[in-house]
Amino acid sequence: MPILAAVDLGCRLPSGWIWRGITLSLSAGDRAVLTGPSGTGKSLLLRTLCGLDRLGEGHVLFRGESPRGHDVPDFRARVMYVQQQPLLIPGTVQDNLDLPTRFKVHARRESGEGENGGRAGDLLAQIGKPADFLEQRASVLSGGEGQVVGIVRALLLHPDVLLLDEPTAHLDPETTRRVEEVVLEWVGAGDRALLWTSHDPAQVDRVRRGSRIQLGGVA
Amino acid sequence: MNAYIDVTWSSLLIAASLLIANLVLSAVLRLGMGRRLLVAGARMVVQLFLLGLVLEWVFESANGPAVLALGLLMGGVAGVTAVRRTSIRFPAAYLDSVVVIVTTAFLVTGVSVLGILKPTPLWDPQYVIPLLGMLLGNALTGISLGLDRFLTGVLRDRTRVEGFLALGATRWEAAQEEVREALRVGLIPTVNSMLVMGIVSLPGMMTGQILAGAAPADAVRYQIMIVFMIAATVSTATFGVTMLAYARIFTSDHRLRSAGELGIQLD
Repeated sequence: MPILAAVDLGCRLPSGWIWRGITLSLSAGDRAVLTGPSGTGKSLLLRTLCGLDRLGEGHVLFRGESPRGHDVPDFRARVMYVQQQPLLIPGTVQDNLDLPTRFKVHARRESGEGENGGRAGDLLAQIGKPADFLEQRASVLSGGEGQVVGIVRALLLHPDVLLLDEPTAHLDPETTRRVEEVVLEWVGAGDRALLWTSHDPAQVDRVRRGSRIQLGGVA
Repeated sequence: MNAYIDVTWSSLLIAASLLIANLVLSAVLRLGMGRRLLVAGARMVVQLFLLGLVLEWVFESANGPAVLALGLLMGGVAGVTAVRRTSIRFPAAYLDSVVVIVTTAFLVTGVSVLGILKPTPLWDPQYVIPLLGMLLGNALTGISLGLDRFLTGVLRDRTRVEGFLALGATRWEAAQEEVREALRVGLIPTVNSMLVMGIVSLPGMMTGQILAGAAPADAVRYQIMIVFMIAATVSTATFGVTMLAYARIFTSDHRLRSAGELGIQLD
């Protein structure tokens, strides 16, 4: 059974269907890629998959079930959508990495904060951030650094699926490679899958192992 | 045999003329408040004049249904006005606001009439209508400030709330801060006025009673009662309307509805 499956998804805006008939299946180890010009609804598709936008038509199945009601927060904790500009709250990078522990769903799943603290440092080091990055104020971070915080924050929560919305759009080539490495290492290390949105053909080649969804370009 | 000095219609012109200074200032400095002051002033005069006529009739007849009808009318107008003053609103908020403001104001008035004042008959308009009016007026301000703060906080900047949701927050966890902010803002006028009451401001009702010849000590006790009632009404009504708005803008699947779904035009 796939971890995450989407069957015949459609999204209708007042102007008409922006996409329709999207079918997608993510199994363990899958690294699917979502491409398409700007304005073709890539972010909308990711948002629809994690239930932030209304499902126009079709079904989203997480391990065979449609998440509903009380299950949705837990579902979103497992199928984690990282926005292109992730939410940063006032405070330090560390505060931002700790943000999800405010929520019940993570309070239940996590115990050792010390372990996580170490892991955050490791991940950031792998991406090439110095140790004092954790103490930086979120308000002075660049767009790219904000993206790094968003990705590391998501990885620390041990999701089953990551939905990444152009996660390296504001990163330099070197950091881009490192982020790819960290994320691909994560997806290879368990019952996990990835959906990556990108504009860069070379990146698509590096990341993709599984299906490719192309939006737009169809009249 | 009045215990106070009459204000005649013609003498009101003297009071109105004081506004003219403001109108001149506005025109000279092009502040653009002249028209609004004029409209608001004219509305106030017409509304109060009509109210005077209605009240006189209701007071004379003193029958229950008439008092109830007047109360409901006042509540309906207060509820609608509260929502109309917010910068973002959705159609369903009007009904919510009217239901909440009428329920809370009637409830609090009922408690004070049954438990404290005990007039005969219980719906004696001399007591019920002024109490209700003061509660509604204050609740109106609380609701519009609170609702405006809540909807602006959640809908103008969806990224924050949706960022929380994406991380696995429940709708309540995502909106809790905004609800708290809405209540804080909605209660600011009430709390501020309580803090300085008697020092900076002489409350309107107390002033009225004293002008009408009541002993200051009696007027003070009335005022204290009324302020407690106002505080209770404003907090309950603001909380109620905010929570109903919360229930409308989030689905049970922990999704923040889009502006389109809510019937909101955002610029």
